[in-house]
Amino acid sequence: MDASDALHLARAQFGLNIGFHILFPSITIGLAWLLVYFRVRYARSGDPAWLATYKLWTRIFALTFAMGVVTGIVMSFQFGTNWPGFMNRVGNVAGPLLAFEVLTAFFLEATFLGVMLFGMERVPGWVHVTSAVLVAFGTTVSAFWILALNSWMQTPAGEAHTPAGALVAGDWLAVIFNPSFPYRFVHMLLASGLTAAFLVAGLSAWRLLKSGGDAAARGTLRTGVLIAAVLAPLQIVAGDMHGLNTLEHQPEKIAAIEAIWHGGKGVPLELFAIPNQKTHSNDYSIAIPKGASLILRHDPDGALEGLDAFGDDIPPVAPVFFAFRIMVGAGFAMLALAWLGAWKTRRGAAAPRWLLWTFAGATFIGWVATLAGWIVTEMGRQPWLVTGILRTRDALGAVPDAALGASLTGYVLTYGLMLLAYIVVLTHLAGAGSGESR
Amino acid sequence: MSLDLPLVFTVLMGVAILAYTVLDGYDLGVGMLMPAGDAREQDLMVASIGPFWDANETWLVLGVGLLLVAFPAAHGVILGALYLPVAAMLIGLMLRGAAFEFRVKALGWHRELWNWLFWFGSFLAALAQGLMLGRTITGYAGGFGYWLFALVVAGGLCGGYVLLGATWLVLRTEGELQRKAIVWARWGLAWVALGVALVSLGTPLASETVRDKWFDFPRTLGLMALPLATLASGAWVSLELGRSDWKPFAGAVAIFALAFAGLAYSLYPYLVMDRMTIWQAAADPSSLRVVLVGALIVLPFIVAYTVFSYRVFRGKARAGLYEH
Repeated sequence: MDASDALHLARAQFGLNIGFHILFPSITIGLAWLLVYFRVRYARSGDPAWLATYKLWTRIFALTFAMGVVTGIVMSFQFGTNWPGFMNRVGNVAGPLLAFEVLTAFFLEATFLGVMLFGMERVPGWVHVTSAVLVAFGTTVSAFWILALNSWMQTPAGEAHTPAGALVAGDWLAVIFNPSFPYRFVHMLLASGLTAAFLVAGLSAWRLLKSGGDAAARGTLRTGVLIAAVLAPLQIVAGDMHGLNTLEHQPEKIAAIEAIWHGGKGVPLELFAIPNQKTHSNDYSIAIPKGASLILRHDPDGALEGLDAFGDDIPPVAPVFFAFRIMVGAGFAMLALAWLGAWKTRRGAAAPRWLLWTFAGATFIGWVATLAGWIVTEMGRQPWLVTGILRTRDALGAVPDAALGASLTGYVLTYGLMLLAYIVVLTHLAGAGSGESR
Repeated sequence: MSLDLPLVFTVLMGVAILAYTVLDGYDLGVGMLMPAGDAREQDLMVASIGPFWDANETWLVLGVGLLLVAFPAAHGVILGALYLPVAAMLIGLMLRGAAFEFRVKALGWHRELWNWLFWFGSFLAALAQGLMLGRTITGYAGGFGYWLFALVVAGGLCGGYVLLGATWLVLRTEGELQRKAIVWARWGLAWVALGVALVSLGTPLASETVRDKWFDFPRTLGLMALPLATLASGAWVSLELGRSDWKPFAGAVAIFALAFAGLAYSLYPYLVMDRMTIWQAAADPSSLRVVLVGALIVLPFIVAYTVFSYRVFRGKARAGLYEH
């Protein structure tokens, strides 16, 4: 095997881990705040239905959180095992951001989750509510730091060089609040809110299908649907703003998203195509003339840069192109579904069975959109690991292919088992009918 | 006044790693003891570590995070050399973390499977950590003898975790399970004694650098305080087992701290034995200063709420504690 095989293996392994990991935080960031809501409702009303709701979703949260913790530990090690060049080159910037995530978020969420899960009878009510708030706060702070780092890798800012040539942070505020950070952070928080909302709605629908007239499940279905109905349009606006920000700072990514091989004025919008990386053109293209210019420049004759402006430094176009369409498709599907659900359950109306089945089927639709979105943004950054500063292949370590292959097999088997068990347990918990049952 | 930042970070990293081995050590040890208990006892054993294990594992992330932040040059070398044991440890930690959550929600043979995976994952993680330690002491030297040495270290560390886990159970349980835990702790103690003896004899043989550091008259006389204190701690644990609930655990922690001090003395000032010192591997002072200031502000809070959490959950573990 040559160097490019090792690169592909290392990327496959890291991509698998990070893709598997993000499934769980994408739920917990949003779900943690929902738990605060359930807990406060119980504290205010003393209604045992809210307590049962809180307990059921706390168990699902605990499960999801644990999966996020253990897969996150893997990531913290794989920075070093798979990409030693990353820390060597940009460790002075990336290191402190990661350290602050551990110090300000990880201990906080892990410790107070313990109090939240096991301490309800051991601490006063207000301490318990505070614990729930601190867990939710911790998950959001964690997202803040990791997205600051990720955004900095996309759109670096604030860095400086020492006389010896080492890259350091010249201005930490500029590093953290780099040009794409506010957009990416908001986009991710909304994504997590939507993922959690559809999970809650979907599992509640599943519960109603299984056990019929459960008042708590009707309540949580409505809660999930309403949250999704509010967040989905916000996410579409935020996503559009994020896209325009990308056009300004990473035009090659937008060119890949729209499969624009050749720049110019009045660029068409590809509705369907199979981008061909070898011929630098689109096969089976169906396009709207001047459409891309109209959307991105708000002018049918506006000029756009194509991939040809970036030489060899272009991402793999087809995965970015398709993943973007999957993400946008899932986003609009969520909008339609949430609004339909909100309309059908208005003024306490019971949702019809076909709608319940639809929501049950869409339980994990947030995962689809989130994963597709991460593929767009991470593959769209290639061949750079840190845009303009470090290429992915230059960060690769010297781990033998056999070791990479063997561990990759181990990870795939472990993840397969964990994901299967996770989904089985979730549907089982939701279908069990009552929050008190084991 | 200028601060020796690499040294400060070495101390911080050492504290994080010691905290990890003691804290996750007891819950990994409880995991390894799972097959020795019956079904009801297994529930109690898991309940005794339930509120803590998440946070315990965070110390591992802090340890590797500090390595990554403070010593970027060593980070790649160390984790590259330890690639397979690290992968094994990670898979072990994932399996037991998942099993921890899944076992309470499963019934019948599913539950048995997760119990088994909980044991297997704990054991795999402990063994892999021991291998990582053993490989680090010898500077990742190749050859059968060095791997055998690493395996002996791994065996010793597993014994140490079993001792921690068993004495933790002595502290946190009562009645029949506590009586069983006392027996387990005696086995763990014997295992540790053998492990510490083998590692103490093997390390000077495996590394010339270590030999020179320990057998340098008259410094050797002062250094003998470490093995003697370890021996005294072991004897104390043995005496107090069955008499006190908390002293055996305290003694086990003392054994870990002393063994850690010995290993740290053997390695210092190297991060990669005989190849890279802490100063050669250190990151730029500007980023170290930022992290240090942050750590000094945040760590007191972390310690405070960790103490709070242990106070909330003090006392004996009860069945049904894991009802959430």
